[in-house]
Amino acid sequence: MADLPTATERFIQGILPENPVYRQMLGLCPTLAVTNGMKPALTMACSVAFVLLCANIVISLIRNLLKPHLRIVVFTLTIATFVTIADRFLAAYLFQMSKTLGPYIPLIIVNCLIICRCEVCASKQSVFTASADAMGQALGFGLALSSIAAVREILGTGMFFGIRVLPEAWPDWVIMVLPPGAFLTLGLLLGLVNWLGMIKARRAGNDA
Amino acid sequence: MSSFKNSNLAQAWLVLVLATVFGTALAGIQSKLSPVIEANKVRETMEKIPGLVPGNADSDNLVVTSRVIDIKKNGTQKFYTVYDVALKDGSPAGHVAKAAGQGYADKIEVLIGLDAGGDTITGLFVLDQKETPGLGNKIIEKPWRDQFVNKASAGQLVVVKGGAGGGYEIDAISGATISSRSVAGIVNTTIADIKPRLVLPGKKENNKTEETQ
Repeated sequence: MADLPTATERFIQGILPENPVYRQMLGLCPTLAVTNGMKPALTMACSVAFVLLCANIVISLIRNLLKPHLRIVVFTLTIATFVTIADRFLAAYLFQMSKTLGPYIPLIIVNCLIICRCEVCASKQSVFTASADAMGQALGFGLALSSIAAVREILGTGMFFGIRVLPEAWPDWVIMVLPPGAFLTLGLLLGLVNWLGMIKARRAGNDA
Repeated sequence: MSSFKNSNLAQAWLVLVLATVFGTALAGIQSKLSPVIEANKVRETMEKIPGLVPGNADSDNLVVTSRVIDIKKNGTQKFYTVYDVALKDGSPAGHVAKAAGQGYADKIEVLIGLDAGGDTITGLFVLDQKETPGLGNKIIEKPWRDQFVNKASAGQLVVVKGGAGGGYEIDAISGATISSRSVAGIVNTTIADIKPRLVLPGKKENNKTEETQ
């Protein structure tokens, strides 16, 4: 167990070095589907954070009881339970938002980001490390979603969180809030993040 | 002993225990939250009703009673929830029918307001839709929906492109003709189905006996 990352390392890695969207390319379904506005994107990020944290804690608690060939069943069962809880709570207390997100909340069950964290971290490390990992990854996912949503909402509707930020004269780029806009934005931001990473790596190389 | 250890039951005990625990927890949450969720849906419908009947009366002065109209058509049975709206003094203000139909992407659910006699459309509201954002989902916008207001219910509404004239014409949303036609179609079908059964004051008793037959 000595070579597994510590809780602090896990937390920091999740935010940028191993960002779920920009580095691991996981959880792309919600990344593309619900980022046409900041509000749905943040609701999705919070739901994923809740499910990820709860699933990681439960899996970490029972990690010594897991049988290798049945572990995926246990992961899926745990994730599905917490997703259902999140879905019902949204329908009860954020009714309009739950209507906007539609099927994408139940679809968190098949978000490979969560099952990946259960497999990589929670099924091997302590509850504390697993929680730190979940929070780091959830934060990274939230950052990725809100960066894409910010670009799409501002360019597509001239608004940010439903408040107008661009002048009325702005010709709304409707394509940005349509599905193609999601692919364009994700591709460009992904390129940007990789480019910045390359510059950083080159500088580090020159310093050495 | 070893045969038990290798049996499916012994292997899967954790899965079974977890399934039971999670299932119980979910049942508890569902029984706690489902009344809240149902109430949300009813509240949304009720909030919209006053704006859909003529006169835009204050919701405090209205009495809303709901009933279900069942229609047998081509061998299938269809159900419409209709809300009869009356003023506090008993005089009828209008009717609101909940209807649904296939849109471009998914089911579209609407509320259709009619005057007391069922002769004129007095309002339209889209409860639920998953039409294309930026195009088809403009059916939820008030300027488009307001085209339906004051149309007579005697004829069929027609969706036209490039600006509607008078009569029964509804202007299509550019780039979303199918969504526009879907909504107009839902309105046409619903009115055709329920108009003969919309209760007129005084005939209420007759209509009820008819339904029980």
